[in-house]
Amino acid sequence: MIPGGLLYSSNHEWVKVDGKTGRVGITHYAQEALGSVVFIDLPEEGARVAAGENMGVIESVKAASDYYTPVSGTVIAVNGDLPDAPELINEDPYGRGWIAEIELDNPAEQETLLDAEGYKELLAGEKK
Amino acid sequence: MAEELKKTPLYDAHLAAGARMVPFGGWAMPLQYRDILEEHRAVRGRAGLFDVSHMGEIMVRGSGALKLLQYILTNDITAMVDGQVMYSLMCNANGGVLDDILVYRLEKERYLLVVNAANKDRVLTWIMDQSGDGAAVEDITDQTALLALQGPRSAEIMTALAGFNPGLVGGFRFVRGGVAGIGCLVSRTGYTGEDGFEIFLYAGDAVSMWQKLLAAGEPHGLAPAGLGARDTLRLEASLLLYGHELTEEITPLEAGLGRFVKLEKNSFIGREALFKQRGHLSRRLAGLTMLERGVPRAGYTVSVGGKVSGWVTSGGYAPTLDAYLAMAYLPDMVRPGDRAEVLIRGKERQAVVTPMPFYKRDRRKMVPAAVAEAGADNMGFPAQLNKEGMI
Repeated sequence: MIPGGLLYSSNHEWVKVDGKTGRVGITHYAQEALGSVVFIDLPEEGARVAAGENMGVIESVKAASDYYTPVSGTVIAVNGDLPDAPELINEDPYGRGWIAEIELDNPAEQETLLDAEGYKELLAGEKK
Repeated sequence: MAEELKKTPLYDAHLAAGARMVPFGGWAMPLQYRDILEEHRAVRGRAGLFDVSHMGEIMVRGSGALKLLQYILTNDITAMVDGQVMYSLMCNANGGVLDDILVYRLEKERYLLVVNAANKDRVLTWIMDQSGDGAAVEDITDQTALLALQGPRSAEIMTALAGFNPGLVGGFRFVRGGVAGIGCLVSRTGYTGEDGFEIFLYAGDAVSMWQKLLAAGEPHGLAPAGLGARDTLRLEASLLLYGHELTEEITPLEAGLGRFVKLEKNSFIGREALFKQRGHLSRRLAGLTMLERGVPRAGYTVSVGGKVSGWVTSGGYAPTLDAYLAMAYLPDMVRPGDRAEVLIRGKERQAVVTPMPFYKRDRRKMVPAAVAEAGADNMGFPAQLNKEGMI
């Protein structure tokens, strides 16, 4: 459940970089920990975000949790399907459950993120 | 400082089933087995099995038992017959709710009280303090397991296992008999807004009963369900939860439970305060449906007419209704259709006052074919079910 080709943060977000933009979501591990997602507070298009900053709130049946952006930049798109179907985050966290697209300020920032292997190790550590 | 959590007899079975365990009322309880929403839908559409052995069970017996209960409870216990279950509040002298309780009349001089886990010790102390001659009070929580089989297929599942005809057990009635060859007490009660049964049995038989019920229920789509689903189910059905809608600072009248307060009966604790309050409520429990997206949660502030007016006691996403719902204490003059705003993370979100219960099952769909085939000619139970409204 940790696809290759994505980069991961220690906060359990992923980013898929395509040129100057990055598509962002939360990982399978994160959605499983949250449980059934019933609401998401999306960032506004045009908002400026910095890596590690709170981008909004995801609410599961039991609790509200902040989520963060793994990269800095400008929000250029949000997943308009999520307000009506927040369960997509559970069903397809790396696909139709994506959250936002960010135009990257600093592509070099990616070097601070984990690849699939690194994220796998991180999870192995957390599960101990 | 962290006190060790108590474990129900099914603790290991829950772990083996992959349940996520959480502390609740001093007990380690299953929050969910797989997914809260799936478990919720199983109960609404088919059936769910809950371990609610954390609930407290207190036996009150003796020639003075009835008098004692009549004095400490708001409902009229003298109106009960053997085999009946009655919902009641236990209040302090100010009319504040100490606990909400189900009373089972075993015999005129023997009653079983089912109390909230978190309140059990103080309820026990309270009862013993009020207890005079002729009433013996005994806590039987630890030797008692309690399972709740809930959902439209419950009666079919029960029919397959019970040594009696469950179709003949009316709402808020109980029988003592065998289920899967295990002696137990079975009542037509629950906390989900669906038809269902609650099964009291010796703790030592709990694992066997749990497994037999799950096996018999499998063809009917029975799934184990945790406290997470229990909470979303009871919210939809507008069933109150102690510590949220009910506290020592809130009276049954404010909570909309006036029909369980019999002011006309002889003196009981809280009567004077409740008598005075009747007709002069300043706040009342109301239902809210969010008009804007957002999850209203317990403790959030509610404004009416631009003025902070109350607070959310319980709220969340209601899967069956696909809506965000809340119960809230609001000024008494608020009426269904009135607008209110819930403050969610610093933003006021529009809501509308909504009659409760939010969800009411369609009783016409409830007559189970298997029971009819079993020859039950007394099909009067659907009409009787939930006659008392709450629980």
